[in-house]
Amino acid sequence: MEKIIFYILSAVILSLSLMSVLSRKLLRSAVYLFGVLTAIAGFYFLIGYHFLGAVQLTVYAGGIVVLIIFSILLTHEIDHQMPTPEWSRVAVAGALCVAGAVMFIQLLQGSLFSRVEVPEQSDLNTLGNTLLNPGGGGYLLPFEVVSILLLAVMIGAIVIAKQRHSVDNSSQEKQAP
Amino acid sequence: MIPGVSLIEILTVSTLMFFIGVYGFLTRKNLITILMSLELMLNGAAINFVAFNKYLYPGQPNGQLFALFLIAVAACEVALAIAIVINLYRKIKAVDVEQVNTLKH
Repeated sequence: MEKIIFYILSAVILSLSLMSVLSRKLLRSAVYLFGVLTAIAGFYFLIGYHFLGAVQLTVYAGGIVVLIIFSILLTHEIDHQMPTPEWSRVAVAGALCVAGAVMFIQLLQGSLFSRVEVPEQSDLNTLGNTLLNPGGGGYLLPFEVVSILLLAVMIGAIVIAKQRHSVDNSSQEKQAP
Repeated sequence: MIPGVSLIEILTVSTLMFFIGVYGFLTRKNLITILMSLELMLNGAAINFVAFNKYLYPGQPNGQLFALFLIAVAACEVALAIAIVINLYRKIKAVDVEQVNTLKH
């Protein structure tokens, strides 16, 4: 049963990501990306990491996709069609990607990962204790660094997207006559 | 682990997804679609972390934590990129990478 669900999920992930990359309509491409991210959350649920799946759903599918769709709607018309890329660019990029994928999958087939049989203890308690443990093997320092990064990004986004007064005045003067 | 599914199958899916993202990154010219291809590549990497954690080190949560940090950094990156896109649109009324040369002169 889990095997069938895994195959369905991977078919959804691969086909939707391909459509998201190939689609010429911008908004449709963002919706396909939403499908890919939701299917990945389903994969995390299937593998047993429920907290990670919930975070993927809320932050990626709920937050990032909404931001991307907002920016698309703010900067384009709703049925904006992108021009098709040139054939030379498509050929070079496609050849590079196919070559890279074939090489990596070839490498994977040759490798033998020894499966470890350890009693699983992937509950939320171990996760939280490891995340906030200042001692050996803990992740308290990266946690704090990420929080400072979030603060810096918040300030930076406000400063970058803020309307400057000089630009504002000149654009209003242009529009006035 | 998922019964009946080997680690190599999961890694194959994530590899294909990563290279689909690379293809989009190379062919697209719109900044927002380039950002979306970047998200595809990041998610392929996150699947790798989670799969290795589940199959090879099931007693520790390290791969899960890496994926969590990856999601946080991706959210930061998208927020900054959207701010830049909106500012750029305000300045030159376009978000194509070929028309963006305001830092060159």
